[in-house]
Amino acid sequence: MAETSVSQPVVKERERLFGPKERRLLTDPLNDNNPITVQVLGICSALAVTTLVYPSLIMAISVVFVTAMSSLFTSLLRKNIPKQVRMIVQLVIIATLVTIVEQALKALNFEVYKQLSVFIGLIITNCIVMGRLEAFAMANRPWRSLLDGIGNGLGYGAILIIVAVLRELFGKGTLFAGSPLAWQIIGPSSEYLFDTTSIGWLGWYQNNNLMVLSGAAMFIIGILIWIHRTWNPKLVDVS
Amino acid sequence: MHSTRYIFTFVTLLTMVVALVLSLLATGLKPIHDRNEAIYNKKAILSAIESNLDAKASTMTDDQVQTIFDSQIEQIVVDMNGNVIDGVIAEQIDMARERKKPVADQRLPIYIYNSQEGKIYIVSVRGSGLWDEIWGSIALEDDFNTIAGAAFDHKGETPGLGAEIKDNPKFPAQFVGKKLYNESGEFVSVEVKKGGIREPAHQVDAISGSTITGNGVTEMLDRGLQYYEPYFNKQKN
Repeated sequence: MAETSVSQPVVKERERLFGPKERRLLTDPLNDNNPITVQVLGICSALAVTTLVYPSLIMAISVVFVTAMSSLFTSLLRKNIPKQVRMIVQLVIIATLVTIVEQALKALNFEVYKQLSVFIGLIITNCIVMGRLEAFAMANRPWRSLLDGIGNGLGYGAILIIVAVLRELFGKGTLFAGSPLAWQIIGPSSEYLFDTTSIGWLGWYQNNNLMVLSGAAMFIIGILIWIHRTWNPKLVDVS
Repeated sequence: MHSTRYIFTFVTLLTMVVALVLSLLATGLKPIHDRNEAIYNKKAILSAIESNLDAKASTMTDDQVQTIFDSQIEQIVVDMNGNVIDGVIAEQIDMARERKKPVADQRLPIYIYNSQEGKIYIVSVRGSGLWDEIWGSIALEDDFNTIAGAAFDHKGETPGLGAEIKDNPKFPAQFVGKKLYNESGEFVSVEVKKGGIREPAHQVDAISGSTITGNGVTEMLDRGLQYYEPYFNKQKN
């Protein structure tokens, strides 16, 4: 993780609340330093939860919350955390936040909680979260760490949503199935009628079952990395 | 470098704060969690008799589900000899726990749906899929032979393959109208059959790529429905 670190020397001048540096903390993980397509972290959950858009959206929100809050709390405590046990302390902070998310989701939306099952709990092991704590939050002030956490959560979430949209659209012909917004886009509407009222276009379309399997997510992420690197040549290794 | 004493103090304090926060949260939300879980299970029961209801179970509000359960559903529990056990109702039975008991000691939940058209008996079955447990609710008409509806669920079957028993409404829909007994009155159950149905009354078409889940459903129905036979026989006489 060290080579992808964006930690900078502490700025002596008065920090601005939302200067160019702070903005970069938010936008960098969306493009140049994306946790999934550039750092290739958090792949496990990106493969597993992206069959449907709605659970992926909830997953993305949960991860943003965890990365943001864990960065904030770690940064607040950074001068007090004993170096010898810092990883364990970080893990305790992450695990606490993930448990809070899990409990809240169980109370607010039980069906999505059932769908995401173990993957909410597995945010604890998501390398993105701990990576940011080690690489950034331990060395930076709370406000910047919070922004960095939000940025990285969003970078992960954005890829998650893109993959989920493609997989659900071509695998089931729907979007947002399982939520009140459920929408039949393509294919025969009777096939996967998750209580959608709309009738899909292209009635002849046969759902591609491969898209529902996790292998498809691997292909999609691979293709996304390819597109991302072609579009942003800065990312290509010139060694 | 921090002293060992500091480390221990820091870690102890952190743990205590975290433990306090989490235990408060868990205790505070427990009633809501329990209620959500109960409604979730009730929706699963109702989805087996969806064709007899006005709305789809998954789109019903919590209150609608509760209203149907309060006004139209009678819950009983029977033992392996078909005798009704007093003092317990069906929703208190944890099928996962019952399945671990010796067969003779298992208790069987039955939900009886009362409507103008007659009674529908919803029974619960549980078995093994490819990765983990699968279970289902089977609705039977009052001849205890014709299936009025079915709903399945699973713990960890593969999405797109085994998980289709739940996700693809066409699979449970096939069970409607199937018979448990053949013409000479023997119990034959319903089989999930690969590659073409030969006995339309007792077979449903399997999902491609999910042989083991399909076989699991066959086994679960054969074994699980036989458990209820003593009760069915008592009701028929």
